[in-house]
Amino acid sequence: MNSGLLIGLLLLLSFLAPFTRRYLNNLAGPLYAIVPVAGIIYYLRALPVILKGEVITESYKWIPVYDINLSFYIDGFGILFSLLILGIGAFILIYAGKYMVPYPMKGRFMGYLILFMAAMLGIVVSGNLITMFVFWELTSISSYLLIGYHHEKPEARTAALQALLITGFGGLALLGGFVLLGLPYGTYELSTILADPEPIRSSVLYLPALILILLGAFTKSAQFPFHFWLPGAMTAPSPVSAFLHSATMVKAGVFLLARLNPVMGDTQIWHILLTTFGTVTMVMGAWFSITQTDLKKILAYTTVSALGTLVLLIGTGTQYAINAAIIFLLVHALYKGTLFMMAGNIEKMTGTRDITKLGGLFKEMPVAAIVMSLALVSMAGIPPMLGFVGKELIYEATSLAPTSRYLILLAAFFTNSVLVFLSLRLSLDVFWGKRSDYQKKPFDPYVALMAGPVVLVLLSLLLGLFPANLAAPLTAMAITSVSPGHVAVGLKLWHGFNLVLLLSALTLFTGYFMYRYKRMILEHSGSINLRYFAREFSNGFVAAVDGFLHFTKKQTSRIQHGYHRFYLMTVFAVASVLVWVMIWRADPIILELNFADMPLNLVAVVVLIIAAALSAVISHSRVIALVAMGVIGFGISIIFIAFSGVDLAITMIMVEVLMVILAMAVLYHLPKYAKYSESGARMRDGLVASLVGAFMMVLVLQAGTTQMSEPISSFFKEASYSEAFGRNVVNVILVDFRALDTLGEISVIAIAALGIFSMIKLSKRKEI
Amino acid sequence: MESVILQIAARHMRPILIVLSLVVLYRGHNEPGGGFIGGLMLGAAFILYAMAFGVSKTQKSISFSPVTMTALGLLIALLSGVPALFSGSPFMTGEWITLFQHTVVELKLGTPLLFDVGVYLTVAGMLMLVMFSIMED
Repeated sequence: MNSGLLIGLLLLLSFLAPFTRRYLNNLAGPLYAIVPVAGIIYYLRALPVILKGEVITESYKWIPVYDINLSFYIDGFGILFSLLILGIGAFILIYAGKYMVPYPMKGRFMGYLILFMAAMLGIVVSGNLITMFVFWELTSISSYLLIGYHHEKPEARTAALQALLITGFGGLALLGGFVLLGLPYGTYELSTILADPEPIRSSVLYLPALILILLGAFTKSAQFPFHFWLPGAMTAPSPVSAFLHSATMVKAGVFLLARLNPVMGDTQIWHILLTTFGTVTMVMGAWFSITQTDLKKILAYTTVSALGTLVLLIGTGTQYAINAAIIFLLVHALYKGTLFMMAGNIEKMTGTRDITKLGGLFKEMPVAAIVMSLALVSMAGIPPMLGFVGKELIYEATSLAPTSRYLILLAAFFTNSVLVFLSLRLSLDVFWGKRSDYQKKPFDPYVALMAGPVVLVLLSLLLGLFPANLAAPLTAMAITSVSPGHVAVGLKLWHGFNLVLLLSALTLFTGYFMYRYKRMILEHSGSINLRYFAREFSNGFVAAVDGFLHFTKKQTSRIQHGYHRFYLMTVFAVASVLVWVMIWRADPIILELNFADMPLNLVAVVVLIIAAALSAVISHSRVIALVAMGVIGFGISIIFIAFSGVDLAITMIMVEVLMVILAMAVLYHLPKYAKYSESGARMRDGLVASLVGAFMMVLVLQAGTTQMSEPISSFFKEASYSEAFGRNVVNVILVDFRALDTLGEISVIAIAALGIFSMIKLSKRKEI
Repeated sequence: MESVILQIAARHMRPILIVLSLVVLYRGHNEPGGGFIGGLMLGAAFILYAMAFGVSKTQKSISFSPVTMTALGLLIALLSGVPALFSGSPFMTGEWITLFQHTVVELKLGTPLLFDVGVYLTVAGMLMLVMFSIMED
């Protein structure tokens, strides 16, 4: 087993899932979960090597010319993330197998989930920037499919498109950033880049690369002002939210920042940008979560807040901050995965996610109540859960932040107080208090739905109880790989009485206080939101997209006006002007015209052609003009025959005949000339036509006298019979030497014919 | 437009034109001719018929639709490139087999001929497709 094989297996499984789901029925979830579990076993067995500080790499050639390889790079940080993705992913598959029973297209849904898992795993184990980008985009696309799963609902489609547009935009920026980052190194291999930050640091490309990469990371990790796609994405089914918004999709941006921290980090601009955006996102996410009533929306905004915290911590970059970031990442993944799954369970059992309509569920769902409350305890940062260790570290890090320490500390304090408040609300208001009326009698969810939450919450508890023995070794190597030179600080549940503990106590008190007076808090924050944030960010985004579409439509209709005659005129005018410029610059034109030895019969044909051309121009009837054009065509084919170009002549005759028939059939549908062109328009048309005609003439005459190199026709003449067994050179060129071109041409005419066919059929149907 | 002369002519010309188009197609490799011209002739045969009898009657008289014909032509042209892959040559390299060899007469078949058949069908199919949909009323 290796990482490449594992990702390959996941991709294969995601392809097979839509076809096999119906036969496996309820067993599908657990059976599909075998693959990620195998991955966990592989990574756990690799763990001792990694913990010694070694890095596992694999590389497969992909586009070696551009130094783009499918290579993998697994260090302490990568393996921690891989375990999280596969571990939570396995439980999500089991959960989704049961959860999705009432919905259609379950197989496809499972396929998307597994595809997403493969893509996410790909990001965290990538050892090449371009490989990472490909997986990055794959997560955007698969999350689009997952968020838009209820595609019959317009809001799901909007949310999915919004997420895709924002993360897709970020993805493009990221690609630019990666290319710039790779330039000073001359390679995209992470192992080279991570080894030495100097080339990029001293390069002028550092700032543009940083900004582009941050755009990618911030859009993915829902940082302000791109945060709004995340709450919108809550229209997705709960397994999707639990997976994408706990440990994976949104963490990809944070992962990227942490991954590149050794190279890009620890500069002034990095500190400023990351701490600013991180702090704003953290506070704003917490603030908006206060007034939400939808369980999943609350969780979504707290996720935004948590992502802000992580960005802030990575940006701070001190020893404590990096420690706090890694621990908090783990903490958050564990409790948020649980909470999202439980939110789905509650909706399934009661039919609602609105916390104002929930209450008193403890009696009917005691196990669920305990599991969810434990996860909330972790979110609030209360011992003995791992969340407490995380929160202590955050306080420790922020109180030691090098710049604007008090502001950041205050922001962190506010955020954590809101988290305590929300924890109280989500447990007490949902499971205790007055029992609401439910459509059906709720009961504790099935084992498949509870397995994930129970295990994750137990992990949270275990890691919290034994931080030094379990959590510390798991994270120590991750910390070193994110920030070389920094070591893990000892993790303890009990730190003794100090400032941090005081802050923790104050946080708890404030949170409780907020809960106690929640009616007042909700009323006030609601009215503030109404006054200042009434216009949602997502609406602004939709308006911007609409405006852009409107603009492009207007601008396009200028160029693509839909009048065929003007298109033709544009093509002819541009082409003739360009060719005239070329003719002007080239050798002087030598027009050697010698009519002396021209046979008389050809003179007659030429006179006929000229007469026909004149009558086509001055005729007042379309039919006459058409017939005259036909005469021209036949005249030319006679000339071809005279110069023994039989093939051309036959083709010309066939085409002429068919063109006249075709044009006649079209004319039949057209009205008579309503009015003739004005003299100005006629002058213009005449000018364009003369330009084209004259350049063709000069070109043909010149071609006869110019000899640039050995003409290719002599090769064709020689090789035609000896290599392609055909004496008809024209045909051999068409079907053998240049067969691929011919294939392209016949594809084009086939598509054009289909286009004409469907256009006429459609317009006929409209008439009826 | 119902013209008895045209109808009689079309009825008798159609088979002749079809055979002629096949001749033009086959001889194309060595003498003037080929899939493109042959295809135009084949299309013309059916268009002549359609001019005399109308589109719907013409379509009823043939057991395939122009769309199928176009698609089949493209498919044949595409597949004619595949045999070369088995002998390790690049896609679309001409492969030949001699069916019959004599001092005077020689019959060779090769993938370029197959490709030409594809061109022939595509061209005829697209011609019929376009003309039939425009002439239909």
